[in-house]
Amino acid sequence: MNKIPNRAAICSVLMERAGTDRDIVVLCSDSRGSASMTPFAEAFPGQFVETGIAEQNLVSIAAGLAKCGKKPFAASPACFLSTRSYEQAKVDVAYSNTNVKLIGISGGISYGALGMSHHSAQDIAAMSAIPNMRVYLPSDRHQTRCLTEALLQDKAPAYIRVGRNPVEDIYEEGNTPFEMDRATVLSRGQDVAVIACGEMVGPALEAVRRLERQGIHALLLDMYCVKPMDEAAVIEAAESCRAVLTVEEHSPYGGLGARVSQIVGRHCPRRVRNLSLPDEPVITGTSGEVFAYYGLNGEGIAKAAEELA
Amino acid sequence: MNYKAFSYDLRKNIVDMIMAGGGGHIGGDMSVVDILLTLYFRQMNISPENAEAPDRDYFVLSKGHCVEALYAVLAAKGFFPYEQVKEEFSRFGSKFIGHPNNKLPGIEMNSGSLGHGLPVSVGIALACRMNGLGNRVYVVMGDGELAEGSVWEGAMAAGMYRLDNLCAVVDRNRLQISGGTEEVMAHGDLAARWASFGWNVIPVKDGNDSDQLNEAFEQAKSCKGRPTVVLAATVKGCGSPVMENKASWHHHVPSAGEYEQIMKDFRERREAWGDE
Repeated sequence: MNKIPNRAAICSVLMERAGTDRDIVVLCSDSRGSASMTPFAEAFPGQFVETGIAEQNLVSIAAGLAKCGKKPFAASPACFLSTRSYEQAKVDVAYSNTNVKLIGISGGISYGALGMSHHSAQDIAAMSAIPNMRVYLPSDRHQTRCLTEALLQDKAPAYIRVGRNPVEDIYEEGNTPFEMDRATVLSRGQDVAVIACGEMVGPALEAVRRLERQGIHALLLDMYCVKPMDEAAVIEAAESCRAVLTVEEHSPYGGLGARVSQIVGRHCPRRVRNLSLPDEPVITGTSGEVFAYYGLNGEGIAKAAEELA
Repeated sequence: MNYKAFSYDLRKNIVDMIMAGGGGHIGGDMSVVDILLTLYFRQMNISPENAEAPDRDYFVLSKGHCVEALYAVLAAKGFFPYEQVKEEFSRFGSKFIGHPNNKLPGIEMNSGSLGHGLPVSVGIALACRMNGLGNRVYVVMGDGELAEGSVWEGAMAAGMYRLDNLCAVVDRNRLQISGGTEEVMAHGDLAARWASFGWNVIPVKDGNDSDQLNEAFEQAKSCKGRPTVVLAATVKGCGSPVMENKASWHHHVPSAGEYEQIMKDFRERREAWGDE
């Protein structure tokens, strides 16, 4: 079992680069521990900015730093970063076109029993609706590393959501197929296309293996790039299968499923089903318990796919 | 240069821009214009020639609705022709919109939503200090804007990080769209509030007097270890009794009769200050 959460992978990449790239700056809002950024703050105090519990300030200060050529990574719980500082993300980052990378940590329902105030089941919808804002949900630590390295190469705004807990590896260290803004094909099949993002890629992969044992051949896409979405991959997947199933740790509104449905409906109509969290405060529990309850585990995803295949 | 006379040339350009564009925040434009001209013509190291230089001084108009005053000053500074602004302001497809837009030369950050400029300027000031280039950062806020909580998040951080390269200006005209600032949401002793956040506070008795403002900005530069806020007591609508101290002129297009009177008042005050 992997013990390294995706957030720690971001910190590792930034620490490797910050010594030679002095423009890298990490900002936290009393969140350095939960963001796994404590090692960075200790190793590079001159490239670390603490804003205290003030997410609006966090994002605006990051935008100001970027205005002067810095490469800020602002890391804060996704629930607060995506909505408390939404307007700062819209105006100071996206509209002003500043090179700020917003790192939403403990995303989705990572905080489990802490309740809806701490869940971010609407961050994809919120951030995607902002022009000039990209949205990424990497699936495992290896893909998170590739994504972070790629994001260091560009100068445009982006929101990245990662979960709190370590997740099983999808890819292998040093052998992670990754192309910026292109989905990764994890399995090829013609019966049903499964498209997942973030922490749902692991359970989706498990579901595909279950389906294979039942003689159902599923195609699986890791759509870590929710915006800009890899439309060509969605169309190709839908065209090659009888139906499409999307899986996300998000509200049913405005997320991966909604966007995939738009693309499929326009280019190659197929039956589409969206698996997501419900439009209500989720049941209390750990991530695993909650996912199982709503059918977002390997078994639930396989069952939904089987009905479509 | 006779800055008082010059301010009336700018005021005329602002009013003409608003007449041509069919809208604008005329009251605040008139109160803030002396602050902007003092910064751009007497204080800041900024011009079209060094607009991208890392050691330039930075300016953020947090009260972005007074963009007409900024356009007039930037045009006078040579960033774009005034005639172009007048022709295009608020027109279909124009870049000269009703709030600052950094697709235009001379504008660093987009604003319009109040309470963003100070925290953004804190980030700019931190970066300037990290880069060690000695440049200064200026941000202008309205007094009504100070009701936004994010202003005080920025104030807290600037005080904590002792950003002495940062100078904030409050255009203290005591009016906002609904009426007097002290009736809408009282600020009480503003100087004490800023001082309690660790700021050096410089009150300016007449914030429509460029010389007084210039003196305050000079003082601010010599203050070490603390950010400075200049509390500029201004008159909303300054320049003509037709619009002075009237909340209803927060956003207003003068009628033909009002326009004539305003221009007459501008001419008389300009002449009273003498030629440039």
